[in-house]
Amino acid sequence: MRSKIMTGAAFLAVAALALTGCSAATDSTATGGLSIDVPDIPMLEELGEMESEVNIVAWSGFVEPAWSDEFTAETGCTVNRRVAGTSDEMVQLMRTGDYDIVSASGDASLRLIAGGDVQPINLDLVPNFGDDIVEGMKGQIYDTINGKSYGVPIGRGANILQYNSDVVTEEPTSWDVAWEADSPYAGQIIAYDAPIYIADAAVYLMAHEPDLGITNPYALDQTQLDAAIDLLQQQNKIVSEYWADPAAQITSFAGGTTALGTSWEILRKLTDDDKFKSVLPEEGSTGWSDAWMIAAESQSPNCAYAWVDYTSAAEVNGAIATNFGMAPANAAFCETSDEAAAHCEYFNATDEEYFSNVWFWTTPIEQCIDGRTDVTCTNFQQWTDAWLSVKG
Amino acid sequence: MNRRAQLSALLALPMLWLIGIYIFSLVMLLVTAFWVTDPFTSKVKPGFTLRNFEQIIANPAYASTSIRTLGIALAVTVLSILISVPLGIFMAKVASPKLRAILAVAITLPLWAGYLVKILAMRITFTEEGFFNSMLGPLGISGPGFSIVTVVLTLTYLWLPYMAVPVYTAIRQLPPNLFDASSDLGAGAGFTIRTVVLPLIKPAIIAGSIFTFSLSLGDYIAAKFVGGSTQMIGSIIASNINLNPPIAAAFSLVPIAFVVIYLVSIQRTGALERM
Repeated sequence: MRSKIMTGAAFLAVAALALTGCSAATDSTATGGLSIDVPDIPMLEELGEMESEVNIVAWSGFVEPAWSDEFTAETGCTVNRRVAGTSDEMVQLMRTGDYDIVSASGDASLRLIAGGDVQPINLDLVPNFGDDIVEGMKGQIYDTINGKSYGVPIGRGANILQYNSDVVTEEPTSWDVAWEADSPYAGQIIAYDAPIYIADAAVYLMAHEPDLGITNPYALDQTQLDAAIDLLQQQNKIVSEYWADPAAQITSFAGGTTALGTSWEILRKLTDDDKFKSVLPEEGSTGWSDAWMIAAESQSPNCAYAWVDYTSAAEVNGAIATNFGMAPANAAFCETSDEAAAHCEYFNATDEEYFSNVWFWTTPIEQCIDGRTDVTCTNFQQWTDAWLSVKG
Repeated sequence: MNRRAQLSALLALPMLWLIGIYIFSLVMLLVTAFWVTDPFTSKVKPGFTLRNFEQIIANPAYASTSIRTLGIALAVTVLSILISVPLGIFMAKVASPKLRAILAVAITLPLWAGYLVKILAMRITFTEEGFFNSMLGPLGISGPGFSIVTVVLTLTYLWLPYMAVPVYTAIRQLPPNLFDASSDLGAGAGFTIRTVVLPLIKPAIIAGSIFTFSLSLGDYIAAKFVGGSTQMIGSIIASNINLNPPIAAAFSLVPIAFVVIYLVSIQRTGALERM
């Protein structure tokens, strides 16, 4: 259905297509020491002969002829791309066994690792994964489990508060305008349409209801989840729309239906109108980051490794980040040109302080990833089910 | 013998379609409703559990969404009837042949445009600074925005031809002398429509309502693009389809049940035989 939507909406959205990727893009938080049961899948020790092709599931804009043609010329691996619209679709596609690589986001990656669908990556075979990878994207929970690395970072971004400065004349410093029932902009607020948005409510509660004891928005026990759902139900009364489709979000702002709400930098930029501004409020926010992962049963592991390495190089990684509109994982790109530096500046690529306030999307699991052992946390199934009761 | 072979050759394709694809997938859907999902990896495993049905009953969101969707589907059907009957009478009995042809094209014209194009057109129409508000704003009228009302309007727009065409055809086939007889006996226009036209076109209205009702019941794209925070049965199925297919399968039995109840109640009125 997703693909049907996108085909139909084509006139609205070369941009939308490029962005739909983000809609489920996810990644996780830097909580060290997490140990979970994952199937034991051997790591590749050394590279061999290149195969003839490599099959990639990716967000739109991640695999383009502009850089994949050169890869084919260098390695002899023909690149077959399959664009997916959501993380869930990616997980399903990877389970068909037809693909070698996926550009997984945090909510997909943990499921893939725990499901035994992806293999640990031998970073020695990825020389471009080096010191230039930004600090905040190394060893994150979404791609490093039990000390093994499963993913090579591509890029990241935050879910920001976007507002129409014609209506919201003073820059908001807090998310309260989007959550509280007495918000002056009630009825003009847009919210994200996915269960993972529960984490946004949790981030707000973390700052405003310290008694709940939330320390990680992806580690919620039942009481904390109930509180987040209450907040979302309160917000439901003042919401103009929920968005999952980037084109719908842009038209909602541009058409005046919405005055403020959750967004991505790239969506704000695409409105092409200076009256739309963005801010990362004081409570911080959620965000997403993507990483390449290699299928456990890959038919072309050598080509797969070659691709992961090739796209981790500064220029290629930067090209993907520029095309998609996100902060690149490889900071060396920022020094390659003035445009690159401007891109990195705009997307806060190397600003770890900016991203220290950003909780990257992670699949919620029963084991509390904030380190608590006296309670059971709620898993993604419970989040999905709870999400339904938000809209009633 | 030869005739039998011919007959089976003729029926092979429809039967393969009906049983192999249509019935089989419905049965698989029913079976999947009893399977289990791994809560962490979202992997579906064959098994037998009633938990999916329990969850649908336990979570009030499923019930309220079902009732809301039923209400939307009924509202769309009623609205389609209210538009189609007067329109059909006008086209068949009042309009000049030329105007009739123009109206017939006008009704079927939206069918030529893509489904999504029409929904996005409605989105642009009803957005805050959109066509509706800019046209009627000066008169002090403001539109419904993105809400359940807009969903009903959009679905009516989408499915109206399925009601209007059979109703128009049925009215067109009514013999003119029935109208003459009715007026000779002193009946006014309203009385004629109520006692002569409506009973005779009832099968056409019912045929149309099956389309408008069941198509509305299954739709969720309209709710997504023009519904604001409106949630329909399809929205829930779509959000579960990748994460928890068994519960999506279990919940999809609800609209099937609605349609079956609808068809059975129609059948009891005897309307199906006259269709």
